[in-house]
Amino acid sequence: MDDHILEMRSITKTFPGVKALSDVNLQVRRGEIHAICGENGAGKSTLMKVLSGVYPAGSYDGEIVYDGQPVRFNGIRDSEHVGIVIIHQELALVPYLSIAENIFLGNERRGRGGLIDWNKANAEAAELLRSVGLEEYPVTPVGQLGVGKQQLVEIAKALSKDVKLLILDEPTAALNDNDSAHLLDLLRRLRERGITCIMISHKLNEITAVSDNVTVIRDGRTVETLNLHAGEVTQERIIRGMVGRDLESYYPERESHPGEEVLRVEDWTVWHPTQDRKIVDGANFTVRAGEVVGIAGLMGAGRTELAMSIFGRAYGRNITGRMFVHGKEIRPRNVSEAIDAGIAYATEDRKHYGLNLIEDIRRNVSAAALGKLATRGFVNGNEEIKVAEGYRKSMNVKAPSVTSIVGKLSGGNQQKVVLSKWLYTDPEVLILDEPTRGIDVGAKYEIYTIINRLVADGKAVLVISSELPELLGICDRIYTLSAGRITGEMPVGQATQENLMELMTKEKELAA
Amino acid sequence: MTRTVPPASEPEAQTATAPKDVAPAVALHTGTSDVRALLTSNLRQSGIYVAFVVIVALFAILTDGTSLSPGNVTNIVLQYSYILILAIGMVIVIIAGHIDLSVGSVVALTGAVSAVLVIRQGMPWWAGALAAIAVGLAIGAWQGFWVAYVGIPAFIVTLAGMLLFRGLTLQVLDNISLSPFPSEYGRIASGFLNGLLGGNGYDAFTLLIGAVAVAGYAFSNFRTRIARIKYQQPVESFPLFVAKIVAVGAVVMAFAWQLAHARGLPIVLIVLAVLIIAYGVITKRTVFGRQVYAIGGNLAAATLSGVKVRAVNFWIFVNMGFLAAVAGIVFSSRSNGAQPSAGNMFELDAIAACFIGGAAVTGGVGTVVGAMVGGLIMAVMSNGMQLMGIDQSIQSVVKGLVLLLAVAFDVYNKRRAGTSR
Repeated sequence: MDDHILEMRSITKTFPGVKALSDVNLQVRRGEIHAICGENGAGKSTLMKVLSGVYPAGSYDGEIVYDGQPVRFNGIRDSEHVGIVIIHQELALVPYLSIAENIFLGNERRGRGGLIDWNKANAEAAELLRSVGLEEYPVTPVGQLGVGKQQLVEIAKALSKDVKLLILDEPTAALNDNDSAHLLDLLRRLRERGITCIMISHKLNEITAVSDNVTVIRDGRTVETLNLHAGEVTQERIIRGMVGRDLESYYPERESHPGEEVLRVEDWTVWHPTQDRKIVDGANFTVRAGEVVGIAGLMGAGRTELAMSIFGRAYGRNITGRMFVHGKEIRPRNVSEAIDAGIAYATEDRKHYGLNLIEDIRRNVSAAALGKLATRGFVNGNEEIKVAEGYRKSMNVKAPSVTSIVGKLSGGNQQKVVLSKWLYTDPEVLILDEPTRGIDVGAKYEIYTIINRLVADGKAVLVISSELPELLGICDRIYTLSAGRITGEMPVGQATQENLMELMTKEKELAA
Repeated sequence: MTRTVPPASEPEAQTATAPKDVAPAVALHTGTSDVRALLTSNLRQSGIYVAFVVIVALFAILTDGTSLSPGNVTNIVLQYSYILILAIGMVIVIIAGHIDLSVGSVVALTGAVSAVLVIRQGMPWWAGALAAIAVGLAIGAWQGFWVAYVGIPAFIVTLAGMLLFRGLTLQVLDNISLSPFPSEYGRIASGFLNGLLGGNGYDAFTLLIGAVAVAGYAFSNFRTRIARIKYQQPVESFPLFVAKIVAVGAVVMAFAWQLAHARGLPIVLIVLAVLIIAYGVITKRTVFGRQVYAIGGNLAAATLSGVKVRAVNFWIFVNMGFLAAVAGIVFSSRSNGAQPSAGNMFELDAIAACFIGGAAVTGGVGTVVGAMVGGLIMAVMSNGMQLMGIDQSIQSVVKGLVLLLAVAFDVYNKRRAGTSR
């Protein structure tokens, strides 16, 4: 009989309006590296939050058995107490504190009189750093380390807590190849020490290289658990599990009549705003009138950064490359010039970057094109209501009136408000970043219908999405983006989820 | 690829039923239950009006009516006008998510510059006023530059400004007070318009202005209402609408009546009224005003909507400098001179007025009218406690608690709104 350190049985977690996890089962053997993979939004992170107690017992259905005991965690302290430590994708280190201070934060090494014994702490920290293979002084501020080394500090911190089950959420997403290889080596060594690892990852080559088992999650359900020792599980096999076979479609039909080229971007390169690495590397692409073009890429591939750097340099530095709208070169220096040039960008994170949640529909719809409603600086409030009311009807925003507060609408309706805002700027090309993230199936259909209406009116639409069925369902042409480089382009007729996923996970041999 | 979604969620189906949507919208106009809806939906706003009325009534009772006597009502206006002027600028700063700690020092410096020109150099009163405004604008541009273009938090920039401009005041005045101003300068803050139309024991002109103000208020409300109905927006029921105008009209006329029985219409009240109306329009109706709210509500979203955040922030501080200069002129006029310590702690009164008046600590929320009512609550409380002979120390304790409770109420409200999401 297998010795399972962790069993999660029939986990179901519901958010208002969305079932994030439905009857998920996960069994992790003691001392293995267990990978979890699935598309963005499949429910991987939610599952880990359930496990670590971020979502306390009672807020989900199902049972967690850890070390043979049923457990109920009410917070992350409870789970850490029994040796479950989660390392999030966004590292939770304080940049101004030293390595040792970070390692023992909240878990300070006290000496006499309850004061912190720094000699002891630094000595222990040095020991931990050796065990993770990090050659740094414990007194070095964490902010001076690169992301790869910070990741190792996080692992050292986990080890200081006597970790038995280590959960890593996309540990290599922000790392370069060398750092990734080093990290994977470390995971193997931890396995030899008997520490169990759960690793969430998109990088299939890494999964097949280090994991013992992989569990595939899709749409909030467990699809299958594959044993990688048998040797017959290929990356293609995992991809098939991730994308599934059910292409029962939720996409409205559309006849495609692409016209002249509207947007052309040439040799576009963008650097990270603070770190010394390229986020987008020599990207070339075009979008034509009446055409929906998709950009497929995994999280961290540089999709959003690409879009935002085009949108008036709203991201990045040292941006080089040329862009043309209707054949005329444009050089927008800020967002307002980009809007004037006919570019609109609807963000993937509407709550933080798209909407003023404390204001009403009317004020949000007019926000990007107030000038159109104003004469000599005075806004025509009645005209504004008329415009907003028009969009509320045509977009079918379900709200009692345009004076309803946007923060109280559902995700789908909020997204319609975002779209209304950008349509009112009357753009030539509309960039939609994850247009259906976090909204339900019915609202998704409506968003697709709106997109179809736009291209029928001759607009050019660029859709960024990590949901491949969505791209296959609505696009005419798809580019794949991997590690900042465009790795492929194909008409939708030739594209399959498998060949897209392959290009999206393509390693950076081109970059080297 | 086939459609499998039921037709109910298709937009075409929705547009077909659209005309029917008009019916419920119209029904809203005549609803009788909307007194409660109006109160609850605007609790943040209506709460402070209720609080204001309660506080006025409380002090009227505690002082046996003295606090509402003609002379005292006039006094409140004269005494607190400069705080209200500062609060107009401050509420805009706060809506955008900043703070300005330097306005007290700016009041002192602008008043000092004006006093040096008028008293020491013998220049006419208007030259002193213009110089003060020029200094205010320059200070605003200075602070706006650091906040908007260098990106230093306003708290730090204006904390530095508080020290900087206080020091410059001492320099300009050579550490001594200057007084008195010629009488024309004094009229700015202590002058009255009266006797223009005569009257028997009261000033008819003041009453006329009060009546004109009420008529103007009724007219503009009526016009807004018509437009809203035309655009099929919900409005309050007609009886409620009339009741609101009658109530506001009664308060304004009672106020004018009291002024008319004292010394007439204070000039500074006219200045204040013009500023309130102008800034009410600027914040609500102009692109600039909208962008201020957008920046305070969600900075990232405003930036990605093409708002030129830096320029807007810059002009917010220039405007604050301008209003601080106006307040500096009014204050120096009222105190009939310039003192090195003038305007001490004014910034805190102005900030308190904004928060009591419903501005949100996190930005994005607040109104000029709210800040005015907040300022008046502070004014009526201070004045009432002075009339009652309550010790300065107790006054300070009470004011502190009122500010704390007002913001606690705001935070509580927001949390409640958050949970209903």
